Amino acid sequence: MGAPVPEPAGPAASPRRRRSFAPRYPGWLTLPSFGYYLVFFLGPLALLVVFSVARQAGFGGVTYTFDTGSFRAVWDPLYFKVFWHTLLMAAAGTLLTIAIGYPVAYWMSRYLTTYKSLALLLVVVPFWTSFLIRTYALKIILDSQGYLAQFFNWTGLTDHFAPLYTWQAIGIGLAYDYLPLLVLPVYASLERMDWSLVEAATDLGAKPFTAFRQITLRLTLPGLITGALLVFIPMTGEYVIPAILGGNSFPFVGTVIGAQFLNALNWPFGAALSIALMLVLSVFVVIYIAFATREEQFGA
Amino acid sequence: MRRRRVGVKGLFTGWALLVYLFLYLPIVVVVIFAFNQPTSVPHGTSPCAVDPTRMGNVSVWNGFTSCWFSDALNNPTYVSALKTSIKIAVLNAIIATALGTCAALALARMHKRARVPFDVIVYLTLVVPEIVIAVASLIFFVQAHNNFAPFPTLSWRTILLAHVVFNASLVMLIVRARFVGMGKSLEEAGFDLGSGPFATFRQITLPRLMPAVIAGALLSFTFSFDDYLLSAFLNGPDNTWPLVVFAAVRFGVTPAINAFATMMLMVTVTMIVATGVVLRRGRLQRADGDGRGIGAAIGLG
Repeated sequence: MGAPVPEPAGPAASPRRRRSFAPRYPGWLTLPSFGYYLVFFLGPLALLVVFSVARQAGFGGVTYTFDTGSFRAVWDPLYFKVFWHTLLMAAAGTLLTIAIGYPVAYWMSRYLTTYKSLALLLVVVPFWTSFLIRTYALKIILDSQGYLAQFFNWTGLTDHFAPLYTWQAIGIGLAYDYLPLLVLPVYASLERMDWSLVEAATDLGAKPFTAFRQITLRLTLPGLITGALLVFIPMTGEYVIPAILGGNSFPFVGTVIGAQFLNALNWPFGAALSIALMLVLSVFVVIYIAFATREEQFGA
Repeated sequence: MRRRRVGVKGLFTGWALLVYLFLYLPIVVVVIFAFNQPTSVPHGTSPCAVDPTRMGNVSVWNGFTSCWFSDALNNPTYVSALKTSIKIAVLNAIIATALGTCAALALARMHKRARVPFDVIVYLTLVVPEIVIAVASLIFFVQAHNNFAPFPTLSWRTILLAHVVFNASLVMLIVRARFVGMGKSLEEAGFDLGSGPFATFRQITLPRLMPAVIAGALLSFTFSFDDYLLSAFLNGPDNTWPLVVFAAVRFGVTPAINAFATMMLMVTVTMIVATGVVLRRGRLQRADGDGRGIGAAIGLG
């Protein structure tokens, strides 16, 4: 997945003249971590593939064979629906994150000078604090007996405010938890942009919104798409948010996979679902790499 | 025209302030409600002694008490879960930092083609959904223990082994970004002046690399300490703090959860501040090349 980045041509690229008088760190230094990944990362993934074609035997046991039955079971309208709902929710969450985050990134890049990095840091800090607690925090806020509910009921906008355990709550949760991941790349591409182009456009008579649409938006589109995929991909594998804010009334693919291992004990089926999820995601990962590479080439 | 621009700026500023409110208000509410009382407290009893089923509505403010913190810390289940979490997080930080730093040193100056397979694996560890890694590791550890005696059964040890995978990648990315960013000239000077490879590494490379190494260690501590998903599938009989909080969040309604959450926040915020101080010292936040490594670290968490 190492995206091809053009290497600077020059004397350094030629192997004969590469000898530099700095310590060379031997290649075997990678061996401990390579071995670790081999055993504890690639090993489990390989076993996942083996299990997905194994046959369920008794309660939680399997017999090793080549049986595509689990994949045929995944190929079912019921699970199509779960996948479809998950992708739809992730897309909605992504759009909401863009709607919230793009103006903030724009504000930081366009209008701030002294407090620019502080503003950016303040967006990022929540991302470093516990995911679990932030999700729980939203649960308190959205509680049907909480202050927000009382406020909405008092204004008369709603007579019974109860977003908890609905898809709306999950959408808010997704946007809340992943916002920093979108703001960072969008901000980076706004920072690289040449603002004098916008000034030139307005000088030549373009209305501010036209200038934004034809210049700012177009130039930051690669960053925006990178950011969108950066939040969309993990949203698709989300487990904690639908569990806490959706109360499992709105299962994601992750929820269904987890249930196969914790409750139903049908490990081959759970493994097949996991592989299906990875296949679906790999499409978006490929798009992401294409855009990230393109942005690196044009933006830098 | 001038006037209008100010208006637009005000609009954006207003939106940004709203977003900051959206980001921070829930966290503040968690902390405040850690000091909340049940709706009605019988005269002469502690607010925390009220039966959870008679708690009433604790989503609104009923009065101040600080008893939930001692209530939480006197609960043996919670305390042992906290100890397990800290044990895992510390060991994870040590192992992941050692693995990641070694790999970063070698990879940064390796030939491009030679490092492609390694890079692919590293990006895979960051891209594969955590739920998939969790169930794959569950299958793996159960089978490994059944077939090879040295592998541990499901316990805090398996959680640790699984945590290290992601965090080694994280440390690797941070340290490598710093290493590539700092250039070779000082090392070359040291070499030129006759110090050997070990002396050069110890006296020049390592001290300059240290901020990134420490930042990687602190971040991997935080990620391990906060992790729910891997722990939930690999814990066996053991319990970690995020598992306790998750169970409480889903099934319980007492402010003791908020007290836990507040304490957990304090741990992570301390770690973040420490990371920030270290990074600032290393001037890592300065330029693009270095900032990208940190961005990747945050972004891919």
